[in-house]
Amino acid sequence: MGNKQTIFTDEQLDAYQENPFRNRIVESFSEDGMGNLSFNEFVDMFSVLSEMAPRELKAIYAFKIYDFNVDNYLCKEDLEKTLNKLTKEELTPEEVELVCEKTIEEADLDGDHKLSFADFENMISRAPDFLSTFHIRI
Amino acid sequence: MVEKFFQDHERKMPRDSLITSENDKRSKRKRAKSKQETSRRENNEEEEAQLTGGKGTKARKDIRNEKTRRMEKEEVREVDENIDEGKKKQGSTKKGEKKEDGGKQLVKEKARDIKKKKHKKAETSSEPETSEEDDDEEEDNDKDVVRPECLSPEELEKLKEAVDERKKLIQSLRGKPWPMKKKLVTLRESQEFVEKYEGALGKGKGRKLYAYKVLMTKKWMKFQRDFENFKTACIPWEMKIKEIESHFGSSVASYFIFLRWMYGINMILFGLTFGLVMVPEALMGRPYGSMPRKTVPRAEEASAMDFAVLWDFGGYAQYSVLFYGYYNNQRTVGWLKFRMPLSYFLVGVGTVAYSYMVVIRTMARNANESGVGDDNSFNFSWKMFTSWDYLIGNAETADNKFASITTSFKEAILEEQENHKDDNIHLTRFLRVLANFLVLCCLAGSGYLIYFVVRRSQKFALDGLENHTWWERNEVNMVMSLLGMFCPMLFDVISTLENYHPRVALQWQLGRIFALFLGNLYTFIIALMDEINLKRKEEKVVKFNITMWEASLYNGTVLENSTAPPVTIHPADVPRGPCWETMVGQEFVRLIISDTMTTYITLLIGDFLRAVLVRFLNYCWCWDLEAGFPSYSEFDVSGNVLGLIFNQGMIWMGSFYAPCLPALNVIRLHVSMYLQCWAVMCCNVPQERVFKASGSNNFYMAMLLVILFLSTLPAIYTIVSIPPSFDCGPFSGKNRMFDVIHETLESDFPPWFSKVFSYASNPGLVLPFILLMVLAIYYLQSTSKSYREANVELKKKLQMQNEENKRKNKRAALKAQMDLEEARKTAQEQQRNNNASVQDQEVYCVSELSDSWMKMRLSRK
Repeated sequence: MGNKQTIFTDEQLDAYQENPFRNRIVESFSEDGMGNLSFNEFVDMFSVLSEMAPRELKAIYAFKIYDFNVDNYLCKEDLEKTLNKLTKEELTPEEVELVCEKTIEEADLDGDHKLSFADFENMISRAPDFLSTFHIRI
Repeated sequence: MVEKFFQDHERKMPRDSLITSENDKRSKRKRAKSKQETSRRENNEEEEAQLTGGKGTKARKDIRNEKTRRMEKEEVREVDENIDEGKKKQGSTKKGEKKEDGGKQLVKEKARDIKKKKHKKAETSSEPETSEEDDDEEEDNDKDVVRPECLSPEELEKLKEAVDERKKLIQSLRGKPWPMKKKLVTLRESQEFVEKYEGALGKGKGRKLYAYKVLMTKKWMKFQRDFENFKTACIPWEMKIKEIESHFGSSVASYFIFLRWMYGINMILFGLTFGLVMVPEALMGRPYGSMPRKTVPRAEEASAMDFAVLWDFGGYAQYSVLFYGYYNNQRTVGWLKFRMPLSYFLVGVGTVAYSYMVVIRTMARNANESGVGDDNSFNFSWKMFTSWDYLIGNAETADNKFASITTSFKEAILEEQENHKDDNIHLTRFLRVLANFLVLCCLAGSGYLIYFVVRRSQKFALDGLENHTWWERNEVNMVMSLLGMFCPMLFDVISTLENYHPRVALQWQLGRIFALFLGNLYTFIIALMDEINLKRKEEKVVKFNITMWEASLYNGTVLENSTAPPVTIHPADVPRGPCWETMVGQEFVRLIISDTMTTYITLLIGDFLRAVLVRFLNYCWCWDLEAGFPSYSEFDVSGNVLGLIFNQGMIWMGSFYAPCLPALNVIRLHVSMYLQCWAVMCCNVPQERVFKASGSNNFYMAMLLVILFLSTLPAIYTIVSIPPSFDCGPFSGKNRMFDVIHETLESDFPPWFSKVFSYASNPGLVLPFILLMVLAIYYLQSTSKSYREANVELKKKLQMQNEENKRKNKRAALKAQMDLEEARKTAQEQQRNNNASVQDQEVYCVSELSDSWMKMRLSRK
């Protein structure tokens, strides 16, 4: 038919996937939490990540994405994992520690040393470039 | 937002209780053909809507829609009619209708129009769905069975309220965190409802116009977005700079952004000088060889085309539009009657004025930005959660983004650590004073050295240059270069004493090297002035010689034939007066060229060769070259910025006498950009302490302004006080260069104009005007100071408010926790005592808790 490759090996597929949170995105939209999406969930995912979705909706799903252990709180381990994925583990452990400490200090309002959804939403609603980075254009 | 969570859950509760009643109603509606029945039903629904509140209606509509969908597939025709009726009476939700209509065969026009109206009101609602609906739906004007007359006023009111609720629901549907299926179902129901009943309320006009408006709005938004994208894509070198920024941090990138900005300014200057001075003279002025001043003298003709001479800007390059001397002093040239001398003068003044305006405007804009956008309250949180750009799909871009995120974190960490540095204040202050004293000594020493060397070279020039060695002849240049190489390093070492934040240290470094380079400028100007005076003395001699020569010419012809016309002599043979302006222009051009060459060669040797050596010699060297002595070089921000600024100063000084300078500079900056971008990425390593450049760049602008001022002073001095050469340039023959303005006023403007102008330039008028301006400046300065103070006060208040809120929230959270504990305890006790009352207590406690949660959130919002 042509020379276009239609069957990719895992390593080749990896090259097309740049988003460090790709697994978490898919997991947070799937009903079974394992990353399997039905068509409706697929549409849901792109609807939330599109330009037209309102800020509050994006904030809800952003919270879900960054919550690695799915306990409805962004605890220190979640933050550490997020940071390591963002910097491809280039920061030293002390620096990671410092950043997570500072983040919790800045955003935690109820003093439980982890970020609940209310804290997260309060912080993200003031962020100037949240809307422009948290979207995918199809 | 979380309140909505709660509300959604609440809504789920009444839903179950209403299922059966809804089912009955739905089936009844579908089968009944009488309008009265439907209207009665409708009223019931309306009442229900009011009873359960808007929250309940959606649930009901959900169920209704599901039933509708099922029935639709069975009875298409009936459904059509019923839907029609139902639409008008119920006005169900848009999404619900969409699904229903999708199943229908006929599309009803009126329904579509009504829907379009709804869509106008529900701005953000499902536009793709709308179009789908439009495609799917059929319209049937005949079936429009609105019965507004059948409804009493209160019923109309209720209907209106219900319709409004539905519309609100449609608008807010995007923001609900429900699964897609539920959202689609709800939307369809609500849309159906709204359409059916809005028609009933008599808002059936202007649907087509509305649809058109919606289409145009969509197209306009898309156009705007595409235009923004296009504008961003047009910014030159954006990708290069972003790449550099991601690897080296914002301070190195700020140099390149500054370079790009300078390139823009030079383009404008180039446009002015090229379009208004060089091109008219080239196209409309007398051609090469027609006048003495435009021709290479006979003596130089042999060597005029040599590369060495051309490189020095002599020969044919000298006698061309590139330099002042070529221009003719004719008042008008060509058929356009283009005032060449006037244009030359005004362009010279205009370039300076434009530069001032641009620099000051940029400074003002930067000052504004730095004040407002400095929200640091969630610095780290925002970096962590909003820095990844989900649009990135390219591997290389992603790499850059990772690098940039890492760099940005490192910068923020550095800032944080600097803030926490808590040293012995007295020791630091003493060290800083010591460092400044050392630097001042350095500067004084180098200033004296320069002065001494210049005096010596003047003495040598008087003696005649051939008597001295090469060193003595080029002493000034060599001393300047050596000072320029070693003093900055010395300043660098001294600045480690001071222990400043790296950004502040950079500014100090820049300031000191700037002071050093001012000495450079001083020697250059002194040398130029000396040469100008020399040329002017020469002029007098030459003038005398020319009169003698002309006399001899005429003497010859008179002897032959007294009435014969004067002998035409080839312009190349006419003796020429010296042209100090062209000489000045040539000096500047040569300086720029040599400066450029020096920069590029230093770059290639100092950075590139060094990197190559370190890389390849490392295999066979005793110690680790990469970590140890030479290692790779870091990008020298301060040196490069100063080089750029001084270069621009030279351009401003010289562009009056050499109109080709802006063009040369444009080429130079263009090449520099590419060369330095490549060199940075290829040969440099990021600095160890990566710091964030102050976003404003005002420091560079301030230095640029000082240089602009300093460099226009000599040019203005020469224009105002030195008479132009008699034999070259557009002002030859005038007493002073600015006399051209007088001439223009007198000859080109109506007579009353010059009278007005002479009145206006009366000192009695000018002095009060200046006084007024000074007062205005003082007033504006004081108001701006008061605004800034008010700004700072407000920021402090905001911060305190934030902290108060945090504390309050913490207290409320603790209180809620304690309440919960109490409730649990009392619940347990009650359970032991009385089973029945337990539930009540719990419900009461839970509701109390939810109340306090609500209060907390409300207070926070």
